[in-house]
Amino acid sequence: MSRALSDRRKFILNMARGVGLATMGGFIWSAFIDEATAAKLTLRPPGALKEEDFLKTCIKCGLCVEACPYDTLSLAAPGDNKAIGTPFFIPRDIPCYMCTDIPCVPVCPTGALDASSVTTDDKLDINSADMGLAIVDEKSCVAFWGIQCDACYRACPILDVAITIEYSKNERTGKHAFLKPVVHEDACTGCGMCEHACITEDAAIKVLPRALVQGKAGSHYIKGWDKKDEKRLENAKEIKTVTEISKQKAADSLNGDLLEGLY
Amino acid sequence: MKNVWNNYRYLFFRRFTQISLLVLYFGANAWGWKMLQGNLSSSTILGVIPMSDPYAALQMLAAGAVLASDLLLGVLVVALFYFLIGGRAFCSWVCPINMVTDFASFVRELIGMNRLTGVKQPASRKLRYWVLALSLVVSAIMGLAAFEFISPISMMHRGIVFGIGFGWAAILIIFLFDLFVLKNGWCGHICPLGGFYSILGKFSLIRVKHNEENCTLCMKCKVVCPENHVLYMIGKESLPVLSGECTNCARCIEVCDDDALSFSLRSMAQNKKTGE
Repeated sequence: MSRALSDRRKFILNMARGVGLATMGGFIWSAFIDEATAAKLTLRPPGALKEEDFLKTCIKCGLCVEACPYDTLSLAAPGDNKAIGTPFFIPRDIPCYMCTDIPCVPVCPTGALDASSVTTDDKLDINSADMGLAIVDEKSCVAFWGIQCDACYRACPILDVAITIEYSKNERTGKHAFLKPVVHEDACTGCGMCEHACITEDAAIKVLPRALVQGKAGSHYIKGWDKKDEKRLENAKEIKTVTEISKQKAADSLNGDLLEGLY
Repeated sequence: MKNVWNNYRYLFFRRFTQISLLVLYFGANAWGWKMLQGNLSSSTILGVIPMSDPYAALQMLAAGAVLASDLLLGVLVVALFYFLIGGRAFCSWVCPINMVTDFASFVRELIGMNRLTGVKQPASRKLRYWVLALSLVVSAIMGLAAFEFISPISMMHRGIVFGIGFGWAAILIIFLFDLFVLKNGWCGHICPLGGFYSILGKFSLIRVKHNEENCTLCMKCKVVCPENHVLYMIGKESLPVLSGECTNCARCIEVCDDDALSFSLRSMAQNKKTGE
């Protein structure tokens, strides 16, 4: 039953094939990109836009990589399991050494590294950079065992501000002190010099992207003791919620629909 | 010897240009040279003149990115050059993948793959425009420059300048595809960047011109041309090659022993005559 196709049918079939193939290709392509950009453990150069906008804006030219005098930055190659072609650094290998003139930022042609985000009073200010946040693993940090080590504290470029030492009594020995490092979120830039300096086999202090470390209490929590925070109440509107109260007796809750269907 | 030089002189110039550019880019990252910094996506000449990939910028636009003025200036420099002068010359004089696909094409002819698959090609050369359109749609949906995440051109160039990782696999895929699946498959059928430059360079100044009176119909030019449909006029009419899909690689010019092909500047008179 093979007959020649009419021109009209040929045209429609060809159109359908084009659209079908384009849809198929589009989904495969999109799925691949979604997976390829899913890597969350990527530390970006100073001044980087937030990850979503950064991926949109970075043209992958590597001018920041070439500008870095310490070879801190690399461009993600296939196999690095990071968004391909984008700049990143691994602080345990080479941290960001916080150049005061931040050479990697002004060379960015697309603004994916945004100079204004690392500028204070019209001057480039590397201390306002926000590449990530250091966290201490108290289990493997030897300072928490009672052994004296302040390698991260000494390595921190914002000494005694981003990392401070907390003193407490070592009850185990009864005559020694703990000198524990504490990271302060507001000051830490995520440069990773602490991670680089850490003496343990695998660093006990690590820098991670902020989004991965920080939580969020939500806007419905207001600090009553904080005058600025309390001000948020001024414009607050009343929200009434109604909870339906069951008319059944308390004992009925055991005999209700809870067990229905089980037997 | 003179004949060999005559038959490969443009190929030599092209390889020289392609490799020199790679060396300059490589030197910028490895030894801090200032001549050409960055890569084919975006770079600067002597740290002053910006150059940016207009197709990448177009995808970024589709993705909804705000384009910085530095980027736009770089796009303008590159786009104007190919629009006014070079045509699709990027593909044959700059792009590093061209060396891979040319090599695949050479091996294909050498081992007789072309005789195995026959003349009929199982894919349309219009495919690249579909891929081009699709790349912009996917960019818009995903909010990312879509082709930049899969481009073997960027992978190869970036790989050579900044470290290749598993990028060699992408190069091998292109090579095997062109060798065993489709003749001139990547550059001549699929690559959306080639499609983009085909459109952008449609009206450029530098054109290959055919002189029918000298032609002996040996068809060497058609055999060697990676986009041989653009040479439809060979032996029929004295016309310039006006298709944007011609890459100005000049292989046809150098293989011609009869002086029937040469570079020329598109003249206004010719344009009027052919209605372009």
